[in-house]
Amino acid sequence: MNLITPQPPGNTPQPVPASTPAAAAAPTVASPAGQQSAVASKPPAALVPPPPAPVLPNPLAHLSLPFRGVDYAAKGYHAEATVAPDQVVSVAEQLDKEGLSLDTITGVDWMAEGQMEVVYDYFHPAKALRVVVRARIPRDNPEIATILKVFPGANWHERETHDFFGIRFLGHPNLTPFLLPEDADYHPLRKDFAQ
Amino acid sequence: MIAKEQLKTEISADGAPRETFVINLGPQHPATHGVLRVKMTMDGEYIVRAEPVCGYIHRMQEKMGENRTYAQFLPNTSRIDYLSAMTYTHGFVGAVERAAKLQVPPRAEYIRVITSEMNRISSHLVWWGAFLLDLGGFTPLLYAFDDREKILDLLEGITGSRLTYSYFRIGGVYNDIDDTFIQGTRAFVAQMRPRLKMYRSLVTDNIILRKRLVEIGPISKEMCRKYGATGPVIRGSGVPYDVRRVEPYSAYSEFDFVIPVLDAGDSMARYLVRMEEMVQSLRIIEQALDKLPGGPVMAEKIPRVLKLPAGDYCYAVEAARGRFAVRIVSDNKEIPYRVKLRTPSLSNLSLFEEASEGMLLPDALALMGSLDLVIPDIDR
Repeated sequence: MNLITPQPPGNTPQPVPASTPAAAAAPTVASPAGQQSAVASKPPAALVPPPPAPVLPNPLAHLSLPFRGVDYAAKGYHAEATVAPDQVVSVAEQLDKEGLSLDTITGVDWMAEGQMEVVYDYFHPAKALRVVVRARIPRDNPEIATILKVFPGANWHERETHDFFGIRFLGHPNLTPFLLPEDADYHPLRKDFAQ
Repeated sequence: MIAKEQLKTEISADGAPRETFVINLGPQHPATHGVLRVKMTMDGEYIVRAEPVCGYIHRMQEKMGENRTYAQFLPNTSRIDYLSAMTYTHGFVGAVERAAKLQVPPRAEYIRVITSEMNRISSHLVWWGAFLLDLGGFTPLLYAFDDREKILDLLEGITGSRLTYSYFRIGGVYNDIDDTFIQGTRAFVAQMRPRLKMYRSLVTDNIILRKRLVEIGPISKEMCRKYGATGPVIRGSGVPYDVRRVEPYSAYSEFDFVIPVLDAGDSMARYLVRMEEMVQSLRIIEQALDKLPGGPVMAEKIPRVLKLPAGDYCYAVEAARGRFAVRIVSDNKEIPYRVKLRTPSLSNLSLFEEASEGMLLPDALALMGSLDLVIPDIDR
């Protein structure tokens, strides 16, 4: 099972009304949405197989991209997609046309699976729309294209991700250490990093 | 300011061959308020290229997040942007609460809002004093720190700390507020309103300040979007983006407040947005004190050993400098698999290179001050 995208069991405060008896009963005062299912206490998620993921409306359905809707209350974003590494630039271009802004770029080292994950976060400056784009690349040769031509703000985020994970962003004009010392040849957020 | 194209020509305006030189602004420079270095290629007083060099105070907070438990990481969150420690802790505990599906009691959420907004005012006051110090006015700093002292005293009374509070805990807050705090805060709100009016007549309407800020350092809407700038920077460029309004968290949806937005995009607009934000924060504090519910300040049954279900969880808050977001990746262990901290100062500074091209050096410093940078927030 993909560790990154499991569905939490049965917490869909919106928009599937049938499955939210707890949501209706819970007080609305000061409860960031999504905590309603604490009312219905259940065994920890890891012990029971998750029920089939409810189908949520995809806010980016009009794009021909593999986005799927996500329960914002449970996860903190509205849509996500896992794309092929060579697609990240075209995805960035389409999200740019949608009016989204680049939030951040980061990596996750999945050492056991021999993969690096590059995570692109986007947000919309006018409405509640947070979008996560993921791409998996081989850990022994972590290379992916830069999206700097689409979002110039990606410059520093990509340099930082290169610092921490050693992910090379092809086409980046200045992939020098950003936060680490200028002679750094180590990548501290790799899971096999030891001082 | 001179046109960018003109800077690229071989011959300068007086007919002589164009010559440039490089100066380093920082890492030890009063105008950068911390250890930021800006490598500046200059043509006389004009900036050809200004490249910020970061990392002088890098502490690898994200690695620290990967080798301690969620509760043990809490003190770190106050030390990323030390001027808005409350909101940063809120971002982290919010992400953990979202993942663990913890129900935070209403009273705790109200206390979080009250203390966060006081923290926002104190942060803006530091910015205000330091920014005017950059521009050559020394007196406002003393006024600002006088007012800020009252906030710090109040917060010290309930948190035990004056700067790095670590007051929010997973599931609530560390300590209930008492009558001394409530009365002191009401007195502060009553006292701060006339002070802000006085600041307006003392500083904001000052012709010298206006000449230093109006139409200096314009940043367009589009530039904000391309660089991911948030906070008073994007609101000073005409975009009403505020996490408290767009993605309401905690108890913010229950209060009546205005998101100040100005279209000009210059340094004065960012200045005015922050000044108005302090007024709005006072309104929020007053409403929250009026409506403060009773009850506990910590959620019940928080497991002593907290393991989050596998998956990734995000939580964003509106810090004094803009959008602060936390991403926690969990593999169902006591220790997070990955903690990503998205800080507003980094994105806000990243547009400086493009925005400062062709500016006069003193104007670029006014622009940099109006971005309200906290360097440990960039370097983490």
